[in-house]
Amino acid sequence: MTDAAELRRRTADLLAANPPATTEKLDFLKARFDAGLAWVHYPVGLGGLGAPRSLQAVVDAELEAADAPDNDARRNGIGLGMAAPTILRYGTEEQKQRFLRPLWIGEEVWCQLFSEPGAGSDLAALGTRAVREGDDWIVNGQKVWTSGAHNARWAILIARTDPSVPKHAGITYFVCDMTDPGVDVRPLRQVTGEAEFNEVFLTDVRIPDAHRLGETGDGWRVAQTTLNNERVAIGGMRLPREGGMIGPVAKTWRERPELRTHDLHQRLLKLWVESEVARLTAERLRQQLVAGQPGPEGAGMKLAFARLNQEISGLEVELRGEEGLLYDDWTMRRPELVDFTGRDAGYRYLRAKGNSIEGGTSEVLLNIVAERVLGLPAEPRTDKDVAWKDLAR
Amino acid sequence: MTGAPDLLYSEEEEALRSAVRDLLTDHCDAPGVIARAESDAPHDLAAWKALADGMGLAGLLVPEELGGQGASHREVAVVLEELGRAVAPVPYLTSAVVATEALLACGDEELLGRLASGRTIGALAVGLHVAPGAAFETVRVDDGLLHGELPGIADAVAADVLLVPGDDGGLYAVDAAAVTVTPQVAFDLTRPLATVTLDGAAGRRLGDAEPAVPRALRAGAGLLASEQFGVAEWALTETVRYLKERKQFNRPVGGFQALKHRLAQLWLEVVNLRAAARGAADALASGADADVLVAVAQAYAAPVAVRAAEEALQLHAGIGMTWEHPIHLYLKRAKADSIAFGTAGAHREALGELVGLEAP
Repeated sequence: MTDAAELRRRTADLLAANPPATTEKLDFLKARFDAGLAWVHYPVGLGGLGAPRSLQAVVDAELEAADAPDNDARRNGIGLGMAAPTILRYGTEEQKQRFLRPLWIGEEVWCQLFSEPGAGSDLAALGTRAVREGDDWIVNGQKVWTSGAHNARWAILIARTDPSVPKHAGITYFVCDMTDPGVDVRPLRQVTGEAEFNEVFLTDVRIPDAHRLGETGDGWRVAQTTLNNERVAIGGMRLPREGGMIGPVAKTWRERPELRTHDLHQRLLKLWVESEVARLTAERLRQQLVAGQPGPEGAGMKLAFARLNQEISGLEVELRGEEGLLYDDWTMRRPELVDFTGRDAGYRYLRAKGNSIEGGTSEVLLNIVAERVLGLPAEPRTDKDVAWKDLAR
Repeated sequence: MTGAPDLLYSEEEEALRSAVRDLLTDHCDAPGVIARAESDAPHDLAAWKALADGMGLAGLLVPEELGGQGASHREVAVVLEELGRAVAPVPYLTSAVVATEALLACGDEELLGRLASGRTIGALAVGLHVAPGAAFETVRVDDGLLHGELPGIADAVAADVLLVPGDDGGLYAVDAAAVTVTPQVAFDLTRPLATVTLDGAAGRRLGDAEPAVPRALRAGAGLLASEQFGVAEWALTETVRYLKERKQFNRPVGGFQALKHRLAQLWLEVVNLRAAARGAADALASGADADVLVAVAQAYAAPVAVRAAEEALQLHAGIGMTWEHPIHLYLKRAKADSIAFGTAGAHREALGELVGLEAP
């Protein structure tokens, strides 16, 4: 049984053996991983101690107080948040040993090759093919909306291995080497002018069977682990009052009295109230999780924040009047990190349009709430028992 | 946990909820509430007696040494959620919350004890529409006797004692026998309104109206959000249940995506309303940030409760339009609640001042 006191002791030992001031960042992170203090809820030998997840905060606080370097989690969000839990659950011992340590310390960045031009909300309809050849799989197809592909060493990939069975049954989950010569990453410029995402073209990419995660044909189930972890990552945040998109517009309102009109005032107050209520709902969800009684509210939070971000940023462009006619910079760039509230109002307005599309469209999320929370009948399906190759496209 | 309100329900609060719900299931079934609404006895005094006398709920806000339960606004909010869910015609919000809060401000121990027992029903003689901090009507005080007419007083017909603001700045306790209470035709039949006429009525000065009335109205406004949550949750739950059952075009109506999305959207708003209402209740209990969180809850609650009831009627369609089906009770309560203790717009304006988002 690993408790908080034990973790504090181990953290102190780590700091004593590897003083942050005189230890190389990567060396410190490797030592931290090997001490089981990377993610304490992971098993011993894989960066953890099999401790309760909630105790991670104890370690983090001690390390922060000691000014220890961290693994810059935002740079490898897909790796830490989605690839790692999937590898942990479905990976072989060899895969876990090979991938988790460089992933956690940030030496190897990961990306996700899931969405395709023809498979968005209907992800299971994906058409990228993987064909077995000896000990390898040969992959051909096109993926899209891949963030970080240009920095990634590895990708989690789902591809079709059997077109003759219904779509959910013929998918297999792989780890794809992004340095393979058949991987072609092209920036995908978006409405904001920059390219956060990429298109990834896969031409005769060779993946050893040893890099398959889970059974052949079981990729859809494996992918659920990945996607469920994406929603967990979206749900857990904690904001102060005016901490989200409402903050910049409230600041502008206070600093620029000459921009105020009665109509804008009414709309601003309404959105301010809705932001505060959404914040309270997120806080309530967090309190439920801490108390060990997770509620279904999480499904709704993304819907609420997407709509609010869009309405608030739209109001802000309008509030700025004459300045709202201008834009800060249309230059094509590939930003390292995404900041929804960074840059000017016009950028925020355009970027927020993606909030109701990325990670599940609002329309699909409303279906999920209706069916899984309210228990209403599912949509009629015409594709369930049809071989993938016979589906309309 | 620095500074964030506790937005959950404790085990004791959940136990309180199920006890109140059981009691209301026995006392306040929908056909009974509909029949009572048009009768000469609009209040369900048997249910009130069971809640107040039997369970001691009228005294939740009153300290134990004065005969109350020494609980807080958090527990009161749970009771109000259940009363909203049943549109129960009992003078709980008016007597056990608003009048009691005014008496707490004045420190009147004798009346507090009587109201806490539930055997005396009190009503603050301020129009139901008045927002906390807004101006309210007073009566003329002449030689210690009160003269005037105060319309729109909720639950006055059930009250034994009225708390009346005088034009001298005092708040007076007036025996119901000393005034004329004339019922008005209220939009919400489950919370009857009346005009209170004072024609030289004797009153006992309790204290100053100025801190007492705004404090009472703030508690009323903040806790009304929990009642509105109860109303909205009933409307959503009942509509979801009905649409799973109701079949047209050879399928359950609830399987049509246009309706599923409307219900999912409504669910989202109802979930938000619960957090807002819990925030207000906890803030009233702790005193921290109460002005803002009460105004937030009231600015958010009314549109959601009204929309939930309106959606319930539309999605029930024909049956929802009948007098026989209870939806109209909830629609009327939700609509009346949207005016009670100030409209959402009034609370938004108040917020503008409170959080420094000033009008042009």
